[in-house]
Amino acid sequence: MTGIIEQERYTCAIGAMQTVTAIRRAIPILHSGPGCGTMVSGFFERAKGYAGGNTAPCTNSGENEVVFGGEAKLRQVIQGSYQVLESDLQVVLTGCTAGIVGDDVGQVVKEFQEAGKPIVHVDTTGFKSNNYVSHSHVVKAIIDQYVDRFHQGQTRTRNQLVNVFATLPYQDPFWKGNLSELKRILEGIGLQVNILFGPESGGVAEWQRIPQAFANILVSPWPGLEIVQHLEQKYGQPFYQFPHLPIGSNETARFLRGVARFAELEPVRVEAFIAREEQAFYEEIDSLATFLLEFRYGLPGYVHVIHDASYVVGMSKFLLHEVGIVPREQFIVDNTPEPFQAGIRAELATTSSKRTIPLTFDPDAGRAQEAIRGFRHPGRGLLIGSGWDKLLAQDKGFDFLSASAPSPYRLVLTTGYLGFRGGLRLIEDIYDRVLATYK
Amino acid sequence: MSTINLKNPQVEVREHRLGSITGFEGAASQLAGCCGGSPKERNRSFSQCLGCSTSNAACTVILIQDAAVISHGPVGCSGNLHEYAFTYRVNGVQRGLEHPTQRRIFSTNLDESDTVYGGERKLAEAIREVHGRTGAKAIFIITTCASGIIGDDVESLASEAEAELGIPVVAIFCEGFRSRIWTSGFDAGYHGIARKLIKPATRKQPDLVNVINFWGTDIFTALFGRIGLRPNYITPYATVAGIAQSSEAVATVQICATLGSYLGAALEQVHGVPELKSPAPYGIQATDRWWRELGQLTGRSREVETLLQEERAAFLPRIQELKALLTGRSAYVTAGAAHGHALIAILSELGLRVTGAAVFHHDPVYDSGSEQSDSLQAVVRDHGDIPRYTVCNKQEFELVNVLMRERPDLLLARHGGMTLWGAKLGIPSLLIGDEHFGMGYQGLVNYGERILEALENDEFVKNLARHAVNPYTDWWLKQDPYLFLEGARP
Repeated sequence: MTGIIEQERYTCAIGAMQTVTAIRRAIPILHSGPGCGTMVSGFFERAKGYAGGNTAPCTNSGENEVVFGGEAKLRQVIQGSYQVLESDLQVVLTGCTAGIVGDDVGQVVKEFQEAGKPIVHVDTTGFKSNNYVSHSHVVKAIIDQYVDRFHQGQTRTRNQLVNVFATLPYQDPFWKGNLSELKRILEGIGLQVNILFGPESGGVAEWQRIPQAFANILVSPWPGLEIVQHLEQKYGQPFYQFPHLPIGSNETARFLRGVARFAELEPVRVEAFIAREEQAFYEEIDSLATFLLEFRYGLPGYVHVIHDASYVVGMSKFLLHEVGIVPREQFIVDNTPEPFQAGIRAELATTSSKRTIPLTFDPDAGRAQEAIRGFRHPGRGLLIGSGWDKLLAQDKGFDFLSASAPSPYRLVLTTGYLGFRGGLRLIEDIYDRVLATYK
Repeated sequence: MSTINLKNPQVEVREHRLGSITGFEGAASQLAGCCGGSPKERNRSFSQCLGCSTSNAACTVILIQDAAVISHGPVGCSGNLHEYAFTYRVNGVQRGLEHPTQRRIFSTNLDESDTVYGGERKLAEAIREVHGRTGAKAIFIITTCASGIIGDDVESLASEAEAELGIPVVAIFCEGFRSRIWTSGFDAGYHGIARKLIKPATRKQPDLVNVINFWGTDIFTALFGRIGLRPNYITPYATVAGIAQSSEAVATVQICATLGSYLGAALEQVHGVPELKSPAPYGIQATDRWWRELGQLTGRSREVETLLQEERAAFLPRIQELKALLTGRSAYVTAGAAHGHALIAILSELGLRVTGAAVFHHDPVYDSGSEQSDSLQAVVRDHGDIPRYTVCNKQEFELVNVLMRERPDLLLARHGGMTLWGAKLGIPSLLIGDEHFGMGYQGLVNYGERILEALENDEFVKNLARHAVNPYTDWWLKQDPYLFLEGARP
């Protein structure tokens, strides 16, 4: 899909500088025009991390670099980065200017690599893809140009260790909380986890252990698939894919059982963990059910979600079965490549044997809004989307939960929606917004 | 003086048009008053992310009530524009807009094949689609590095669409790589507006004064009302029709010459609307000068004197009290050019000692060419020299180094991201977003109260300083802060 986009919900390839920002003590170095860093931090907001935003070094390429090439300037800025900033890993990301001009960024970076610097480069020329895609490119670049230096020929040496690739840092506003819950539940069934991003990862030392893992786990419909396929080829690590965000008890249990079968884990331990978690989860739903069934002043009965594929499928399944909110028309706005769309449709179709959930793939969220304006469903509606959708929700009289980027009306720190705990948190957030409408 | 030429689709960037620079360190007096001459630019061999012209151009057009905006580029080039949609909705209340509507912001979403075969067909289709979808009264196209380098003929496409659709379709040339001074984007936006939106006056409205501003609270309706004038705010919250009639105004004022230099000059040179030349009314002396010039331009000198008297009576006593409380405290300023000078004036007026400033760029002259508009000169003359004045386009590494040395009692900033480092060092830090907040006599009271509050409530910054993460090397923090500036002392 290459048509126009109104109200963009993701950004261009260089948006993957946030992937770098999410690695402890890693710094992005931009070889780009002056505005790219500001555009990225403006899109995500409050996403500076260790050295993103105004801290990120940038060549700020101008007319001179566009006409005569920017390699000399890049070299200077990289040198300066070592003098000025403390870092364990440097990732050079190119923008449109360098991409069109054709600077040999690899050659410049190679000079530093040969001097032993932990530096890698990746082509994130803005127009070549978007951040859902280039996230994988950044991760692959780090693996090939950095991680690989630490692998001594022996791979898959630790038979409990897995690398986990799930959600995109910052593009998923709940990435920190989601990764934290993922790590908790995978450890709960007996695995050791390289979570790689965020405060619960061990930074570059953890990245260095990637080849030691016996397998990879991908929790995503399509972004990141390239990474685990690459690792399969490179280090012979098989992968297990769960194709959407497991939210709530049903899907999380299904996810864990899938992982357990794949990894041939001891079923007793796995089932014991799931049982404990299920019990805690349903203890809450049990006491909530009275409210959900009896609250006489009105609660939402149906939902539209405008989000990426992982959330749309994950939320639809969860909200229908575990909360009792019926998913109506759903909109996937992550520019899902065509080959993946059928699989995602099929997965969403398994949500219920007695209803069809209409699904649209279109990154032009303005069109999604136009469609939603036209729908008429009985009962009270809930809209889960981005900050762009607040006014639409208001116009339609919907309850509104801001849960996708960009999200200017909501502050998220370490909240997550994944897993048993995330499901409960999602319930809290939805009904917090609902109850706040009662004055 | 730059001659406004509306025949050209593009306006030159500030570096070339005004001789503006982004690198300087020294005393403010060395830089002030070089009107006509051009200070020498000093480049940095290490740099961090700057702002982008396309974003600044966008802010001159997105908030026009009945307009739509198309970013002609990859999807990332409109990444931060949702922030203006938020601003529009949230600040609408302060500008008398009961029901702010959704901002209509589009990207042509250029991909790799477009950079090979050109993005023109896509843009042409986008304009028609946006017209059909939004019914906007004007469509603005903002360009990007990618569309600029591949050489799409945006001007011709806009003109063709304009003829076909019967509404202004305005090409705005604001590619990020053209300028290190992101405020060049303001000029680009205003150039497009002056070319395509502002109509020749068919009558004059002797009580109408154009106010070039951002989205600050509406203070001018009340203030101007006292002397029989009405503000015509341009361009945020204006309508396409309201902007068209700005040629009918009796004068143009601007809250910040960094913002309005080009549009003020265009209105004067092309439509004969005189531009008020004195620097914006921040600080007592600048305020008096500004109002008196407005009185002269509009034939209301007597009314202005009455207004100033009333303002003095209302606010001077509290200003004196605040000054007594603040005198002797030191402050450091980091902000855009003219507004940075305004902040220095405010702080000085309130008795604080401004020991230094990191101002994002320097325009040796504005488009009017008037020496009277030299706001740095005015502030040095009114309040004395600023010993460590630097021109630094948001280079955080320099700012952190300087703040470590200066350890001022207060950091006053106007640009997102800059207060963080004050706070991390335990320095009370303040950013006021509303550009009208500090204006006039009342503005001094407003600022004085807020500064007192910031100085008093420093528990948060003191605590943050104990826990803050600092990515800068010890080596760097011991170096001269301007080590990476061209021609630095070794």
